[in-house]
Amino acid sequence: MSAERRVETRQYLLGFGVALLLTGAAFAAVYWQKFAALPTLGIVFALGLTQVIVHIRFFLHVGFKKSAREDLQLILFSALIIALMVSGTLVLLLNLRGRML
Amino acid sequence: MSTGEVRHVGLNLGATDAIAHRKAERAVFGFWVFLMSDAVLFALLFATYGSMLGATAGGPTAAAEFKLGSALFETLILLASSFTFGMASIAMKYRKAGESLAPLLVWLGVTLALGMTFLGMELHDFVGMFQAGAYPSRSGFLSAFFALVPLHGLHVFGGSLWVLVMMVQLASLGADAQVKINILKLGLFWHFLDIVWIAIFSVVYLQGLIR
Amino acid sequence: MNDALRYALFGKLAAQSLPFVRAWERPNLSEVIAAFAAALVLIAAAALFVLITARGKWRYLWEEWFTSLDPKRIAIMYVIVALVMLCRALIEGVLMRAQQAVAVNSAGFLSPDHFAQLFSTHGSIMVFFMAMPFIAGLLNYVVPLQIGARDVAFPLLNAVSFWLTAGAAALMMGSLVIGRFSTGGWSGYPPYTELAFSPGVGPDYWIWAVTLGSIGSTLTGLNFIVTIFKMRAPGMHMMRMPLFCWTALCTAILMIFAMPALTVATALLALDRYLGYHFFTNDLGGNMMNYANLFWLFGHPEVYILILPAFGVYSEVVSTFSSKALYGYASLAVATSAIAVLSFTVWVHHFFTMGQSSNINGAFGIATMAIGIPTGVKIYDWIWTMFRGEVRFTVPMLYSLAFMVTFVFGGFSGIILAMPPLDFQVHNTVFLVAHFHNMLIPGVLYGLLAGYHYWFPKAFGFCLNERWGRIAFGCWVAGFYVTFMPLYVLGLSGMVRRAQEVFDPAFRPWLSVSLCGALILLFALCSLGVQLWVSVRERAQNRVFVGDPWDGRSLEWSVSAPPPAYVFAVIPEVHDRDAFYESKRRHDARRRPARFEDIELPRNSAVGVTIGLSAAAAAFGLVWHIWWLASVGVLLVWAAVIARSFARNVHRVVPAAEVARTEERWLAAAAASPPITRPLETTSLNRGLAERSS
Repeated sequence: MSAERRVETRQYLLGFGVALLLTGAAFAAVYWQKFAALPTLGIVFALGLTQVIVHIRFFLHVGFKKSAREDLQLILFSALIIALMVSGTLVLLLNLRGRML
Repeated sequence: MSTGEVRHVGLNLGATDAIAHRKAERAVFGFWVFLMSDAVLFALLFATYGSMLGATAGGPTAAAEFKLGSALFETLILLASSFTFGMASIAMKYRKAGESLAPLLVWLGVTLALGMTFLGMELHDFVGMFQAGAYPSRSGFLSAFFALVPLHGLHVFGGSLWVLVMMVQLASLGADAQVKINILKLGLFWHFLDIVWIAIFSVVYLQGLIR
Repeated sequence: MNDALRYALFGKLAAQSLPFVRAWERPNLSEVIAAFAAALVLIAAAALFVLITARGKWRYLWEEWFTSLDPKRIAIMYVIVALVMLCRALIEGVLMRAQQAVAVNSAGFLSPDHFAQLFSTHGSIMVFFMAMPFIAGLLNYVVPLQIGARDVAFPLLNAVSFWLTAGAAALMMGSLVIGRFSTGGWSGYPPYTELAFSPGVGPDYWIWAVTLGSIGSTLTGLNFIVTIFKMRAPGMHMMRMPLFCWTALCTAILMIFAMPALTVATALLALDRYLGYHFFTNDLGGNMMNYANLFWLFGHPEVYILILPAFGVYSEVVSTFSSKALYGYASLAVATSAIAVLSFTVWVHHFFTMGQSSNINGAFGIATMAIGIPTGVKIYDWIWTMFRGEVRFTVPMLYSLAFMVTFVFGGFSGIILAMPPLDFQVHNTVFLVAHFHNMLIPGVLYGLLAGYHYWFPKAFGFCLNERWGRIAFGCWVAGFYVTFMPLYVLGLSGMVRRAQEVFDPAFRPWLSVSLCGALILLFALCSLGVQLWVSVRERAQNRVFVGDPWDGRSLEWSVSAPPPAYVFAVIPEVHDRDAFYESKRRHDARRRPARFEDIELPRNSAVGVTIGLSAAAAAFGLVWHIWWLASVGVLLVWAAVIARSFARNVHRVVPAAEVARTEERWLAAAAASPPITRPLETTSLNRGLAERSS
């Protein structure tokens, strides 16, 4: 096995391992719920976001290096647009619900 | 624009294959763009789900219907399948011309099996929910659930079909440039679906089961 | 045949679905008009079929057009679809104006149901099946040529996009012949479009036609993002691209991010209608307000998808016909990008009255006013481009000038509407109708017509008749003002939109004036038809084979008119902005290449046609609940995709010798043609070789 191949395999193994831990932590946080609802939700979301980044970095190979620059820019721009759309939707609909009750 | 350097990992077409390099770059970038539009689609379904969390209309709720165990199992299966696809990608990249396709086919086959297991489990879950009276036309909340999660399932089904087609193409056409490019795109798709699943198990299942 | 079997085979189809049967059973004027329209569609289709068969042209059409992956051919087909649909939708507009003019305290000649279908088809067609295809046509023809590429990034996907759009347009025309269309407007708001209130097939026609079209547009957006990012000629940095390509890029980005919102909105509505889901129903937890939210998350970027290419056309036209480089290129590029991003921050202004807090309305109102600023920057840039230039008042330039004045006026009404308290006053009145037509007609349509006139000689090798072009122009402008200015007044007076009957006699004179305007617009459309007829008849005298009739500045003018299939014998090397103009200045234009190479082009493919027609068939099946047809259609689509992925022999080679022959012929013609001065460019002396002036 060439050195390069070993490095790449290790990347996948590392990503897999970290993802497993993050998944386990999230499920554990809910199964053995130690905190109130909102903080627990925050923990779950934070772990999930971290895991998304782990997948992007270790499985999709998108990082800061030059060769992945365009993909990174695309992901960040999309994230911006998605954030605008989703937050706008939630703020709007929550506001409407509040005003109707 | 492109000087022929390999800009996307996983593809090893050799220095002489300039046209294939350019084609690969275009094909993979185009697929990224498609994935971003798919991401917007899912994001809006998530937003809709979020806005309908309370729309249970006196019917079954998340806490009542979601099962932590099966959600965990499905998550682990899909995560494992992402890993096995990664192994397939490596097998493809480092396979020299003339070497056996068997490792690549095996890793793809395992990925396919894991994908089908995931789908089977998910269908089983849905049937269980239906039998408990939690079907989409019962409430807005269940409608939102049964749009978001089955859409992901449909994507996994499409991806599994794609894995099967690629395995057939490997066997019949060999690992030519076009097949490799398509496997690269499939890899992006498969990992993307796992990322969407992270959002699903966090926003749908775990959120629903928090007390 | 028992009922279950009939339903399994034919779904909800019945004799009543035909407008002829409905007109026979209830022969009022409204039904007769509907039957007449259906008859027209059938007769036109039959006549076309007979004509093509009699001339023995099926093979030619199949091999040269339907299965072609050449973006130039696909572009022309897009524009043809757009022009045909423009005819239908404009007539629908005239019918509506006529109804409103006569139905003042009287029933008029159109039933409420018919009138509602008209405003729904008019809007849906104009947006999705006139403007979007026209834009796709311009993008397809011009962008590859302008960036120095031979093709788009994904030629087959391009054909699929076209055929999905064409299939959807066919579905729209089909709705005239079988069944009814939606009465819910082009926006299809539930709960009115839910089964409870619209149990017929109308909203389903709307949902599936729009869905197919929107998938086609999303794929077009994908294609052009990759084309512009990855296929520019060597040396063509982003800041050296023609402005039309900048607007094309931003349009494509908008398509990618905005179309999914429409797909979600219509898909969720379809789930409600087909599977009893409760996304937007009145009961069991449905929230209809989310539909408005989702639809306009798409809808606002959509209007920028429509206008940005038009802005691109104006940039090209104003620069060329002012004989000057664009003023403020960088600011134009930045403004275009800013508009693209900001377009995702204003959607709530389409439903200020829906009930959210005034803080939210205020925030979106401010964002809406802000988005007017980059557009203002562009207007100033175009004006400064003309300043001290040698301005030539050709038809494209006339449209651009009319745009600058009229669109800005419409923009003012937009700023009024951007203020929530003012918007509340005129919400759902014809003031709004006047505003958006004031943006779409002088903004989008004039841009499309300017682009049509500007690039027609490049695509077909001969110029359009200038005199009829001016007549059409005059009528489009006069017609617009006479039709829509009264609607501003009427809206402020309180006249509601989408009204089949009005009850205030004071509205009548204004409505009558508006009807006259609509007739002028109809005449404008006919003038375009006459222009085309005359131009084709006189094409031999007006050939511009050398390819540069307007003393153009960008690369599309550097090849023959029409260009060969491979466009560029050698991919150009670009050193400046206005690449072709600069190469003319350096006396470097139309040089014989040092050597000729074999050129690889995509082979024709039936996959595009197959996918488009299968998808349309599936959509028809879904509309009428003919489940076997829907399933077969979907399976055929996937089968075509999978089968194509096995294909390997998908290219053809144009041998170097043939390239050489084609180029020599063109260069010889260029050498033999007398150059044309700018004042004479619209005469038949123009051979396409613009004289190199100072």
